[in-house]
Amino acid sequence: MAEVTMRVWRGDASGGNFEDYTIAQNEGEVVLDVIHRIQATEAPDLACRWNCKAGKCGSCAAEINGKPRLMCMTRMDELPEGPVTVTPMKTFPIIRDLVTDVSFNFAMAERVPALLPPPMPEDGYRMFQEDVERGQEFRKCIECFMCQDVCHVIRDHEENKQYYAGPRFFIRYAELEMHPLDQNDRREYVREDMGLGYCNITKCCTEVCPEHIKITDNAIIPLKERVVDAHYDPVAWLGRKIRRRTKRTSAEAGVQPTP
Amino acid sequence: MTTSPYEHHEYDVLIIGAGGAGLRAAIEAKQRGLSVGIVTKSLLGKAHTVMAEGGMAAAMGNVSSEDNWQVHFRDTMRGGKMLNNYRMAELHAKESPDRVRELEQWGALFDRTKDGKILQRDFGGHRYARLAHVGDRTGLELIRTLQQKVVSMGTDVFMECKVLQLVHDESGRIAGAVAYWRPTGEFVTFAAKSVILASGGVGKSWKFTSNSWESTGDGHAMALWAGAELIDMECIQFHPTGMVWPLSVRGLLVTEGVRGDGGVLRNSDGERFMFNYVADMFRAETAESEEEGDRWYEDHSAGRRPPELLPRDEVARAINAEVKAGRGTPHGGVYLDIGTRRSAEYIRRRLPSMYHQFMELAGVDITREAMEIGPTCHYIMGGVKVDADTAATKVAGLYAAGEVAGGMHGANRLGGNSLSDLVVFGRRAGLAASDYVEGGAGPSGFNWGEVESAVARALAPFENEGGENPYDIQRDLQEMMQANVGIIRTGSEIDLAISELETFTERVKNISVKGGRAYNPGWNLATDLPSMLTVSKCTSRGARDRKESRGGHTREDFPKASAEFGTFNLAHTIAGGAWDGEITTERSALLTMPDELKALLEEGK
Repeated sequence: MAEVTMRVWRGDASGGNFEDYTIAQNEGEVVLDVIHRIQATEAPDLACRWNCKAGKCGSCAAEINGKPRLMCMTRMDELPEGPVTVTPMKTFPIIRDLVTDVSFNFAMAERVPALLPPPMPEDGYRMFQEDVERGQEFRKCIECFMCQDVCHVIRDHEENKQYYAGPRFFIRYAELEMHPLDQNDRREYVREDMGLGYCNITKCCTEVCPEHIKITDNAIIPLKERVVDAHYDPVAWLGRKIRRRTKRTSAEAGVQPTP
Repeated sequence: MTTSPYEHHEYDVLIIGAGGAGLRAAIEAKQRGLSVGIVTKSLLGKAHTVMAEGGMAAAMGNVSSEDNWQVHFRDTMRGGKMLNNYRMAELHAKESPDRVRELEQWGALFDRTKDGKILQRDFGGHRYARLAHVGDRTGLELIRTLQQKVVSMGTDVFMECKVLQLVHDESGRIAGAVAYWRPTGEFVTFAAKSVILASGGVGKSWKFTSNSWESTGDGHAMALWAGAELIDMECIQFHPTGMVWPLSVRGLLVTEGVRGDGGVLRNSDGERFMFNYVADMFRAETAESEEEGDRWYEDHSAGRRPPELLPRDEVARAINAEVKAGRGTPHGGVYLDIGTRRSAEYIRRRLPSMYHQFMELAGVDITREAMEIGPTCHYIMGGVKVDADTAATKVAGLYAAGEVAGGMHGANRLGGNSLSDLVVFGRRAGLAASDYVEGGAGPSGFNWGEVESAVARALAPFENEGGENPYDIQRDLQEMMQANVGIIRTGSEIDLAISELETFTERVKNISVKGGRAYNPGWNLATDLPSMLTVSKCTSRGARDRKESRGGHTREDFPKASAEFGTFNLAHTIAGGAWDGEITTERSALLTMPDELKALLEEGK
């Protein structure tokens, strides 16, 4: 049985350091298996977050050799020889060891103005596959928040978090914008309050997405185009000045973003 | 009321669990204007519901216009080997189409038919194409839709908060619960006029399981301790197709959709062995030859269904028998082959997450190679005994919905009936709990003694020095239950399990944990173990007393179903409610089905 050295960050908000664990590794194992073996033997209090261990829930994101990965989908035998470094996601405050406080994301979720559909016909809505497919790509998101972790607008700038929803929520806004049933209009809100303009499309988010969602190309860029159209179109501008908007803004929608 | 020494919250409706059932219940109670708190052991959106792949069953008739609630009811009862609470199966079959459609009002995007309706797919045990789905990630769609709806309604969600025990008032009505925050280890109390259990399943007590760490039977155990009854705990579904290799992912689910889309099972001789395992009950509707089965895939009226699509209990037993007879694969499973039967492009489009799962975890390209699969512990049909219409337990103010509730699925659940169960009975629990609160029959007072004893029990492992590591106990428990109360059972092994469980009870009382209370998984596991033991005891006792084979309960020493045993459930109670208290197991007669429903079961037999 092979052995491997795992260099795991241990600590809490007040600080911490790396601890090395030299431990058995079996054929076919993923990083989470080895972390679990450390828990079950040497360090039962080693904190890590996980649920499904199948790449479907997005709980076990961490930085493996410096790169955001799902621990459950990263095979040990694909990593280079030598110690494997495992650290918590950098963008979020530490709770303990590999567990971070991701509440920023849940706060941003509360601020999303909800879907506003027309009343449902007796036998349900009619929608067509080619129309739902655009949104389905974004609904594959498992909320691992690695795109948020890697986004440099907030990774190195804590102060930006209050103005910036991040890639996970830009795909949510894009999904709602492209939703066949939605009658809400969040374009000005995404520009003004959610900081879409801060994103300068470096595609870091797309690179780390474990669901291979084309975040930048299929969500953020089309969203930016729609927002720009709405904001800078001179006819729309004039319209805003002289009469009430026909499409609803988030503030008028049935569900208001929480303050 | 005494002031709580801990963080304290008050709600009209407290919901334990944030999977499909809990979230659907919350929506219903919020719509009534009541205050609602949801408590979950994990983050919001991570519940085991996300693991559901194939779809949610609802007789909408979008693909097969012949489908209707009567056929769905019949399929559910036959799949459950008639042990079901018929009224639950009836309500489920009637209401699931509306529950699927309303999800679209909240943003869900199901795959579509050509004319823009919700597309439905074939699945084991369902006579018609009935499962609304989104590729092979339907559970994710369900949980995200409900989560986004709940958040938009401004519901309080307590994440990474583990409930230890329910709390009563002086007269025995439910009055709330005591819990702790996993990030800090600090205790928190909830006073609630009603409580809905939606805490999912128990699968983590078995070694090879598709279930996550959360499935420790907390809700089952808490209900029993609080005075409710558990039924059918011996009926556990071993899903026929879990991965068997690499060992570290053994048990990980392979969706039934692989078979629905044309995949077949073969033994090491290359034989499609399922044709040898068609029970009399299903013979009339099952293909007799490979040619006939293959014709059915092309055109459902040109042949009967292939035997790979029999209910899950039938397929799991057949795989087990093949491996036992020496016709298994090198890693102790059988082959699931879709690569030689469908194009690579078709497989990648219909089963994208299965393709990635095998490619990334096993290095197997399922478009070219067969998968090695075997049965894995997947779902418990048994659970808290409830009233079908209201999801009410026998404890005033306590409701249960979803996997934690028993009765709906009888002795075996059909694939796709779980997601629809969550929303049908989640809604009904939310309605009934709201009625109860508005009717003013809620609790008077809060038994602080129960809080203090739960807190003391939770903290004991910190004070105990030199005791056992909880991980060792969990591993031994999983191995013991897998070996003795697994897919095929026999009297002597079950008796051994029952006596072993007493030893485990003593071991759990002697746990020591290292470290502090803040996000300490060793301690968290120590607080899960009492629930795991409680449900394992009920499962073992049920397995001992049900001297027959039926659905998810197979006895080697009683290989046939018995008419007598088909008339009752086995119900468990604990007098006094202590977690290690004496369990009583009694027969509890099935509800009597009205004649018009009985007639449905006879049709097309």
